Amino acid sequence: MVPFGSALMVSALLFVMGLVGVLIRRSALVILMGIELMLNAANLAFVAAARHVGSMDGQLFAFFVMTVAAAEAAVGLAIVIALFRRRRTTDVDQVSFLKW
Amino acid sequence: MQPLDLIGLIPLLPLAGFVLIGLPSAAGRRLPRPLVTAIGCGSVALAFALSVAAVAALAGLPEHHRSHQAVLGEWMGPLGLSWSFVLDPLSAVMILIVTGVGLLIHVYSAGYMAEDPGYARYFAYLNLFMSMMLTLVLGSSLPLLFVGWEGVGLCSYLLIGFFHSRTDCADAGRKAFLVNRIGDASFVLGMLLAWSAFGFTFDIREILANAPGVAASSPGTVTLVALLLFGGACGKSAQIPLFVWLPDAMAGPTPVSALIHAATMVTAGVYMVCRMAPLYALAPGAMAVVAAVGAATALLAAVIALAQDDIKKVLAYSTISQLGYMFMAAGAGAFGAAIFHVTTHAFFKALLFLGSGAVIHALHGEQDMRKMGGLRGALPRTFLFFAAGWVALSGVPLTSGFFSKDEILYHAWLANPALWAAGIAGALLTATYMTRLMAMTFFGPSRFDRHAAGRLHEAPASMAVPLGILAVLSLGGGLMGMPASWLGPGPFHRWLHPVLGAAESAASPGHHGPETLLMVVSSLVALGGIALGWRLWVARPGTPAAIAARLSTVHRLVKGKFFVDEIYDAAVLRPYAALCRGLARFDTAAVDGAVNGVGATAETFAHAFKLFHSGFVRNYALFYLLGAAGVLWYLAA
Repeated sequence: MVPFGSALMVSALLFVMGLVGVLIRRSALVILMGIELMLNAANLAFVAAARHVGSMDGQLFAFFVMTVAAAEAAVGLAIVIALFRRRRTTDVDQVSFLKW
Repeated sequence: MQPLDLIGLIPLLPLAGFVLIGLPSAAGRRLPRPLVTAIGCGSVALAFALSVAAVAALAGLPEHHRSHQAVLGEWMGPLGLSWSFVLDPLSAVMILIVTGVGLLIHVYSAGYMAEDPGYARYFAYLNLFMSMMLTLVLGSSLPLLFVGWEGVGLCSYLLIGFFHSRTDCADAGRKAFLVNRIGDASFVLGMLLAWSAFGFTFDIREILANAPGVAASSPGTVTLVALLLFGGACGKSAQIPLFVWLPDAMAGPTPVSALIHAATMVTAGVYMVCRMAPLYALAPGAMAVVAAVGAATALLAAVIALAQDDIKKVLAYSTISQLGYMFMAAGAGAFGAAIFHVTTHAFFKALLFLGSGAVIHALHGEQDMRKMGGLRGALPRTFLFFAAGWVALSGVPLTSGFFSKDEILYHAWLANPALWAAGIAGALLTATYMTRLMAMTFFGPSRFDRHAAGRLHEAPASMAVPLGILAVLSLGGGLMGMPASWLGPGPFHRWLHPVLGAAESAASPGHHGPETLLMVVSSLVALGGIALGWRLWVARPGTPAAIAARLSTVHRLVKGKFFVDEIYDAAVLRPYAALCRGLARFDTAAVDGAVNGVGATAETFAHAFKLFHSGFVRNYALFYLLGAAGVLWYLAA
């Protein structure tokens, strides 16, 4: 039986890893992976909290997050492919022309 | 149908003429001139015939039933207002003057305006004027009177500015309109106060019937109503301080000056005061103001007329002066005398204006008397007619002007000898300036240029016939209002007695004065004025210039019309323009500044905040992080 605190610690660790990946990496693919990591960190926190308080709501919510994550990945990867076809790159710093 | 039931048609006939002439012209169709003449003059001739028939029917009624009301239809039901017209002896006199003199002037216009490209427009306006003037005179309620009042003001504006491509004409029209608005504002206030004070009715007869009760409890209200209504009359009838528009109104065609600015419209104020005579009789304070304003105007305008060189300007100031006499009579309680002077003045002043039109016509538009002179030989017929107007206005015994002016002076004496003194001085000046006008126009050497002399021509028959009729009326028209001491009250005063008699006896003191002596004095003054004018401008033509040089300050003052226009310009127009400029600056600086400032502020912030949109995805991610952290921190705190 994993203590609740440890589960939260792992969740936080995963979230920060994903966040740092989003903030410092330039590859669009890696940024998408970072986002997946953050979503799954949230899922872990939900499941652990559900277990801790003895309610099914958190587990239910994890399924919603997975659904949304799948949709997000599909849209995100489609954007990355479209971007690559047009600009021959997946470096997000190279596509900074949408600005003031 | 009896003629009396058809009085509602009297204003409608000229209105139909206006529509028939005006609509095709407005649609761009050019009606043939004979058709315009036929409609324009014909509608007025029909109105005149109907008026004569209606007045004859009215005269057939017993004296105290001589008041007939005809209702055309509903107007403002909740206020109890309808299009209803009343024919009584007072409005009967007025409709006969308006349609009769109006008809003569329409016929004259057909000759005078024959060459004008705006012929149809001219007759359309003139017919509209007739319709509005008849509405004013016949209206049974104050608002209906006011409809006519404003309508004639509109037509006056349109006809003064008839030659609208000339700036001075357009300006004169605007000036007349604006000055009249001041008076009209006063009139509206008076009308509304009368409504609320005299039993919430607009009907003139009901107001007059309720007035004595109100006067017993609050005399101040009656005086205030009377003064406010008189304010309106001051505007319309060109009295001090609102007389400045009338001399400028001479920019319009001369028959218009004769019809609107001498015979009919400007007498509307006098008519209104006489219509409300029982009300004025209850307010002695207001009567004193009316008399004083009238006397001052009569004298001031007569002095100014003495130094004018434009033939129409002399007649314009003369009109102002004569209107002053009418108000002096009304203020002295002699309402019948005021209406009598309205009548005789309509005859001789229309004659003089139309005569001056014939002179101007003959000289191809020249109005400056310094460029006339010696026209007696070239225009003998016009000279004869003009001379009839001259003696009538000067008050030579047995002419119409003599009877009406003498009656006013007699009543002025009874009311207050100071009024009489002002009136008799004005009478002397009147005879003098009219003689000067005659001398400069018809006597002495001719001063017009040579090639104009070759083309001098007498007026055509359409102009001469109205002149002749008016000349006969000017000379003999006074006989219907002979002094009561001669053969008993004249027919004119017996006719008006049912309407005005009660108010007259209420307003005037009962005692009698030395009527015969005053009559002799005023006759001598009239003849003396003519003799003085003759001596100064015909017998010894150098004298006026010498006097002017000796009294140069006075001369400049009179020549400059006492600089009333300039005073108004400095006291009213310039401060007003300065105020407008100040407000315009406030508008651009404060109001526009506030609006533009809001926009500029938003723009400044936008320029600052747009920098967050760097285009770098990772920057956006960082802002999300900071935002989310902020929200969490806020929720936790």
